[in-house]
Amino acid sequence: SQDSKMASVVPLKEKKLLEVKLGELPSWILMRDFTPSGIAGAFQRGYYRYYNKYVNVKKGSIAGLSMVLAAYVFLNYCRSYKELKHERLRKYH
Amino acid sequence: MNENLFASFITPMVFGLPLVTLIVLFPSLLFPTSNRLVNNRLISLQQWMLQLVSKQMMSIHNTKGQTWALMLMSLILFIGSTNLLGLLPHSFTPTTQLSMNLGMAIPLWAGAVITGFRNKTKASLAHFLPQGTPTPLIPMLVIIETISLFIQPVALAVRLTANITAGHLLIHLIGGATLALMSINTTTALITFIILILLTVLEFAVAMIQAYVFTLLVSLYLHDNT
Repeated sequence: SQDSKMASVVPLKEKKLLEVKLGELPSWILMRDFTPSGIAGAFQRGYYRYYNKYVNVKKGSIAGLSMVLAAYVFLNYCRSYKELKHERLRKYH
Repeated sequence: MNENLFASFITPMVFGLPLVTLIVLFPSLLFPTSNRLVNNRLISLQQWMLQLVSKQMMSIHNTKGQTWALMLMSLILFIGSTNLLGLLPHSFTPTTQLSMNLGMAIPLWAGAVITGFRNKTKASLAHFLPQGTPTPLIPMLVIIETISLFIQPVALAVRLTANITAGHLLIHLIGGATLALMSINTTTALITFIILILLTVLEFAVAMIQAYVFTLLVSLYLHDNT
């Protein structure tokens, strides 16, 4: 029984986000690596995760590229929302 | 309507940070590199296209000119992809900014001309006087040829800026006109919409053609000088 107790305790730092319990969430976030190299590593991991799933496959489709372009359009919309909100169809601006 | 017609050409800044740097760097994300012999579809398509263009464009040059192959291919890829990305809704096109186009045109033109002056001085100076001009005309012709030489980078930059900016403005205007006409007269709105579709097809072509023209002219200036 002592062995099973030791085996089930996984250190908080190495858990993935979905395995973290809600009460442990703030301490999990604070433990993440926020140094520049850590942030760069996060971007690199995210890029390769997307690339290897959608683009770097045997029969890649147009969806891999289209999702990137759609995200690009959405981010540009968010960026220019301040000017665009004046163009809504309203009686009084 | 007048103010926000040009709003899409303002350099994007967010909280005082230059977002434009990220937008200029974004096309590089769409051209992944790989060291494999057989790649995924995206890279294979890009490699095939690049081979086609480089063979067609670099075949006129001698050995010395062909050292510029990497530069010219990067140039056409950059301008082509930036122009095409600018056709997406709400996006910012860096090549509408004259500053950026001058920054591309002047160093490339100057590099070609200075290479010519250093390696083939007599031939480069001979360009200033066409063959068989009558003697009294010589001073004036030298002046004209000098002006025509120095106007080359300006023309390169302004040509690209004007074409892309004009295209974007036309799309904004005709799109706005279609929207305004919908409540007044639906048939006219439909005709305007068809004009908009044709214009968009034209803009796709212009985006790629302008990249080609820019690179071709730089390659021509290079050919004269190597």
